[in-house]
Amino acid sequence: MTTPPAVTNAFSGRGSGHLDRLRGASPGLVLAWLVIALVVLWAAAPALFTEYSATVGVPAEKLRPPSPDHLLGTDALGRDLFARIVHGSVHSLSGALVAVAIGLVAGTMLGLVAGSIGGLVDDTLMRIVDVLLAVPALLLSLSIIILTGFGTINAAVAVGAASVAGFARLVRADVIRVRRSEYVEAAFGSGGTYAAVLWRHVLPNSLTSAFAFAALQFGSAILSISTLGFLGYGAPPPTPEWGLLIAEGRNYISSAWWLTAAPGLVVVAVVLSANRISRAVGRSTP
Amino acid sequence: MSRYLISRIGQALVVLWAAFTLSFVLLQALPGDAVLIKFLNPDFGLSQEQIADIRASYGADRSVTAQYLHALGNVLSGDFGYSIQAGVPVRQLLAENLPATLRLACLAFLAAVVLAFAVTLLSTFATFAWLRSAIQVLPSLFISLPVFWLGIMLIQIFSFRLRLVSVINPGPWEALILPVATIAVPISAPLAQILMRNLDAVAHQPFVTVARAKGASRAFAFWRHVLRNALLPTLAIAGVLFGELLAGAVVTETVFGLNGIGALTHKAVGNQDAAVLQAVVLFCAVAFVVITLFVDLASPLLDPRLRSKTGAPA
Amino acid sequence: MSGTPLLSIRDLSVSYREKDDWSRVVHGVSLDVHRGEVVALVGESGSGKTTTAQSVIGLLPGNGRIDQGEIRLDGTDISRWPSRRLDAIRGARISLIPQDPGSALNPIRTIGAQVGEILKIHGWRDKKAIASRVVELLARVGLTEPELRARQYPHELSGGMKQRVLIAIAVALQPELIVADEPTSGLDVTVQRRILDLIDELRLEFGTSVLLVTHDLGVAADRAGRLVVMQGGRIQEEGPTAALIAAPRSAYARRLLADAPSLDMTVRRQPRPEPIRERDEADDFAVIVEDLTHDFPLADGGTFRAVDGISFRLRRGTTHALVGESGSGKTTTIRSIVGFEKPTAGRILVDGTDIAALHRADLRRFRRKIQLVYQNPFASLDPRQNVFEIIEEPLLNFDKREKDERRRSVESLLDRVGLSRTLLGRAPHALSGGQRQRVAIARALVLEPQVLVLDEAVSALDVTVQAQVLKLLDELQRDLGLTYLFVSHDLAVVRQIADSVSVLHRGRQVESGPVEQIFHAPTSSYTRDLLAAIPGRTGVERARTLSPGSDR
Repeated sequence: MTTPPAVTNAFSGRGSGHLDRLRGASPGLVLAWLVIALVVLWAAAPALFTEYSATVGVPAEKLRPPSPDHLLGTDALGRDLFARIVHGSVHSLSGALVAVAIGLVAGTMLGLVAGSIGGLVDDTLMRIVDVLLAVPALLLSLSIIILTGFGTINAAVAVGAASVAGFARLVRADVIRVRRSEYVEAAFGSGGTYAAVLWRHVLPNSLTSAFAFAALQFGSAILSISTLGFLGYGAPPPTPEWGLLIAEGRNYISSAWWLTAAPGLVVVAVVLSANRISRAVGRSTP
Repeated sequence: MSRYLISRIGQALVVLWAAFTLSFVLLQALPGDAVLIKFLNPDFGLSQEQIADIRASYGADRSVTAQYLHALGNVLSGDFGYSIQAGVPVRQLLAENLPATLRLACLAFLAAVVLAFAVTLLSTFATFAWLRSAIQVLPSLFISLPVFWLGIMLIQIFSFRLRLVSVINPGPWEALILPVATIAVPISAPLAQILMRNLDAVAHQPFVTVARAKGASRAFAFWRHVLRNALLPTLAIAGVLFGELLAGAVVTETVFGLNGIGALTHKAVGNQDAAVLQAVVLFCAVAFVVITLFVDLASPLLDPRLRSKTGAPA
Repeated sequence: MSGTPLLSIRDLSVSYREKDDWSRVVHGVSLDVHRGEVVALVGESGSGKTTTAQSVIGLLPGNGRIDQGEIRLDGTDISRWPSRRLDAIRGARISLIPQDPGSALNPIRTIGAQVGEILKIHGWRDKKAIASRVVELLARVGLTEPELRARQYPHELSGGMKQRVLIAIAVALQPELIVADEPTSGLDVTVQRRILDLIDELRLEFGTSVLLVTHDLGVAADRAGRLVVMQGGRIQEEGPTAALIAAPRSAYARRLLADAPSLDMTVRRQPRPEPIRERDEADDFAVIVEDLTHDFPLADGGTFRAVDGISFRLRRGTTHALVGESGSGKTTTIRSIVGFEKPTAGRILVDGTDIAALHRADLRRFRRKIQLVYQNPFASLDPRQNVFEIIEEPLLNFDKREKDERRRSVESLLDRVGLSRTLLGRAPHALSGGQRQRVAIARALVLEPQVLVLDEAVSALDVTVQAQVLKLLDELQRDLGLTYLFVSHDLAVVRQIADSVSVLHRGRQVESGPVEQIFHAPTSSYTRDLLAAIPGRTGVERARTLSPGSDR
């Protein structure tokens, strides 16, 4: 057979060089890891980064613009915004982790069961998944929140539950793809029992894309949690949750725009970085 | 074909029925009397008999099965019950708020499609390599933006700083510019990503090489062979996109203080008004199912491979 | 041959960019194609033959570039022309017949539109004239009902028909040069022959030159006036076909010729020992298939009979080949024999056991006796296992043995199939195609089966690798007394390895017997067609007449 060593693209006349270059340890990927590492450190040891309290402010120093004293200025209650962002990271990160864990575990179980048992079980589970996919994730999350009430954990659970269907469909498709592969047939052909083949071949090969998807979901979970926080369904007010910070800053948009801009930029940076890393994870797996 | 049509419509109805059942379990059966507890509040000053009457009017005194059948019958006849908060039929609330949201959603959809195409075409055809690379990362940026934050920033930049769009007493169309942009930008991102990926995949197909070998220019091959093949799989996400538009409306209408389904949903969740939320969820499911059904039925018109199921040569 | 060659490649070097590095894949290639001549560019995968051909038509992949050298078309160097300028000569003066007809036509446009397009691009405006010319062309390339074909879509045509459409496109403007890039790979041999005949016929009619790119030395020998043998991006040897085949000068060309089964008409395999007993007894056969029939349900409620009453016997220690083209039922047959499919009717005895009567646990134990080796060693090995785990796995399914003992078994098998023990920790993607297939064979052998079913097991490999794997299979059979059921579309390979043959055609067995009888005295017309379609025969005849002393 005659295959050129790399991609054929007769149409565009430009190569995949752009993507190729990113494939190595590109500056973008390094930066993404640095951003995530920094935010994780914020969550783990906020005191290393700021001496101000996240919840108690100095009323006399309210609505100060950014300065050496207050890197990102202060809010209407005189609280240091940078301190609030640093202390808020733990809410966003843990919320996103809980959400992704729920989606990954529940979705993977559903997908595995549906894909490996097949038949009526598969049909039933997949119709339920179809229904869940027919409703936008935000509305699903809201349906759960209206049931469970507001709060950080509730919001995280709601976001996680809304992603179960996506995981389930992905894992099921992978299980079915792997089950049809020749190497699985070969494993049966060499005398493997159903359980052994499922454990040795189907499970490891179908979980790869679930993990890549989980990395991608991490970014969107941070977005969803901040959205719920903004709408007022997440953590209650003194909590420095990022979505809530933006909601609170919104009232001073014309006079103190940094109160809205800064936490938003942090969210964008974290989500961009998480997505960038998930793309790298997805590509490095076979 | 007609057999396919019937089975396809049957499937759609099953999904809708399941959506209703799921929303019933989640929003009516599980909370049970929780909604009615509100009326037990002494502030209302209701007597035991009055509460029993209310329970009976909501059907809460019957078995779950009876409630389910009753609710199903009501939904089938277009009755979504009463909003506990507003005290008016949910159907009336939906009817009042739907036009504004649909207008917003349709405009945002158009804007998103235009934006996605612009990004895709520029990332393919821009003269300079650096410009192409810069444009190629736009979708990943767009998809990382919190919608509510984007809306606030647009107000800040275009209304307060540049004073291009007024937010105080704007004209009817002027009021829509920023909300439409707010929804369209994040929606355009997955669209552009799918388009770019498909264009790239199709551009590597041997039939494009064959077209080039006929003497077709790059542009000719792109418009005649690549584009249509790349667009077909994009249709499949139309239903999901519509749902995302409505989800975007929840946030956007809140940020911009507009009336519509989105603002209604926001209020309903805040007031634990389950009947309204259930109606909105069902509306989304119906819209998704109808759009997906339409796309499935229209696809064979665009893709000859779907027209005949047996591809055996004569 | 005199005058300016039509195509003259001089000192051509081409590189591809991977990440930030440029790696050169074609090194200083020079060759000429004269008017009306067929030149074959022959080589294995990675030889640079396709890249050279792509350079000629100016359609290198986006990450490829011409480093140096000239490509002169009728004396004019076109290698540095911008794409826009090349558009005018592509299709009109140089055209392409691509490989893989299945994906070379746009799936959502009609055949007529795609043939007519080349006329439109090169200035035809009159729609009626285009339409009638399209029908004329489709008829010319041997398609029945050309008006109907013009209205059909690619998925409604068979592979051979699609390749005819692509040929119609290539000859539409009667170009001076056709670049045919593996024009028949993936097609059945009988279809291949008809397609190559068609290209020959049209070339003679229009006086077109052809640059034929192929991995198949047999095809090249039959069709080309001159051969250019490439390896590793360099030309190893070139010369008139007959002379090169009769007396190759370079070591690589000699090896390629020796390994190409279609050109090697002498069978060097030692015949298997004849049965000692005069009369056959049931116990002499490892596999007995009687009246095997298999129906598949169709979507419309009917059934399709994929296998229709096939019977054969597989004598212990010998090789029986199932030969047939696509749709012959050979795959369904072997899947029934190894127990992956339940036949509709008929009986299969493996080592005296009727496998239809076996239930789950018994079927699992039965699998020790018969093992399958797949065609594609890329798909049949789990990408997440390493070589040791792959070969060890069957052992884990049966009697529990100590880890040390398992390791010893795996290592001795690795030696057996000629792989270094340093490969034990490697994942499949870090192995070559030949190495992978050896790993797959080792996995099949680790349970010490009696029967090995080889499903096109060497078809995906380059000829030199194919020859090595065939040699390995031969050694294993002699040393271990294995019985092979060898499934192939390639009669030339079958002749090298089989003792007896069943020829299948559309689910029926049209002929069965000892291999020599099938080759020398075929009784069915289909077998004769199949034999005539083996590429390389004409080439070998020509070479023989040139050097009567040679017994190659």
